[in-house]
Amino acid sequence: MNVSYGKLMMWFFLLSDTFTFSALLITYGLVRSAHPVFVGDVETFIFSQTYWPIPEKVFESVPFFEGLHAPLVFVGIMTFVLIMSSVTMVLAVEAGQRMDRKAVEKWMLWTILGGATFLSCQAWEWAHFIHGAHAGDAVAEGTKFFGANLRMNQYGPPDFADFFFFITGFHGFHVFSGVLLNFLIFYNTVTGVYDRRGHYEMVEKVGLYWHFVDLVWVFVFTFFYLV
Amino acid sequence: MAHSEETYVTVIPPDKERIKKLWTVALILLVITILEFTVAFTIPHEMHNLRVWTFILMTIVKAAYIVGEFMHLRHESKVLIWSILIPMTFVVWMLVAFVYEGMAIADVR
Repeated sequence: MNVSYGKLMMWFFLLSDTFTFSALLITYGLVRSAHPVFVGDVETFIFSQTYWPIPEKVFESVPFFEGLHAPLVFVGIMTFVLIMSSVTMVLAVEAGQRMDRKAVEKWMLWTILGGATFLSCQAWEWAHFIHGAHAGDAVAEGTKFFGANLRMNQYGPPDFADFFFFITGFHGFHVFSGVLLNFLIFYNTVTGVYDRRGHYEMVEKVGLYWHFVDLVWVFVFTFFYLV
Repeated sequence: MAHSEETYVTVIPPDKERIKKLWTVALILLVITILEFTVAFTIPHEMHNLRVWTFILMTIVKAAYIVGEFMHLRHESKVLIWSILIPMTFVVWMLVAFVYEGMAIADVR
């Protein structure tokens, strides 16, 4: 079959991980389509418990710019960061195939930096989502509730925040373990483990995992933030 | 250390063509992402189905580039390609069935 055992097993692991993420995203699809949608002009949209929120109305904040309405800009930056770190990963894989230790070190460092940046952005986004701000009117009349937890949130039905936490959380956990694996690969490269071994296949295997993390984000970005 | 074994590795010079191709794929991914933003703010929310299908189409193109080029699947053996792609039919089936079910639940409510 001309594929090494390790790479083949990584592919099958990623296939099983695909099913896990698909299950999460498809359940989200079911629950969301079972909820009523907001009818009317988008400009007049307000948060309510009775219908599913329009994502671009929820995710419109950018750090350091309090009060600015910049729908989907921050999540766009996060997407850009993750795609770029996927590019640097593929360049590390390419350098590894040429046994170029210095280049692998350089590109792995950029990849780790990209992953860490993404995680930091997500930490901010979660903190902002949880604390909430401004119009906390989605709960019962006469009361106000700011932010979100698993039972209640200011943006819409409880399921909305639940899926946000579970889907982006599970993806964020993958990014976190990906950064750890990337660091391990970087460490082994620096200490010359792969030079002594005679090949850099570990970089390729962890590279597959890292691209998969990027791939999942492409779907999360579309189905959670854009649609 | 006098007795440690030094490993000598011959570094193969980079293949400019291949690296250029990787950056082209990166550029395509970025352009599609920018297009997604454009669609999000130009096609009005009233045209819900058009929006959704455009997003799905662009997502599939992006996924194909990531899996095919970055993960190198397009250049692997046929058996591997099919053993990854065929199980995906289950995902599509599940997606269609569940979203359909969700809309039915919305009708009953």
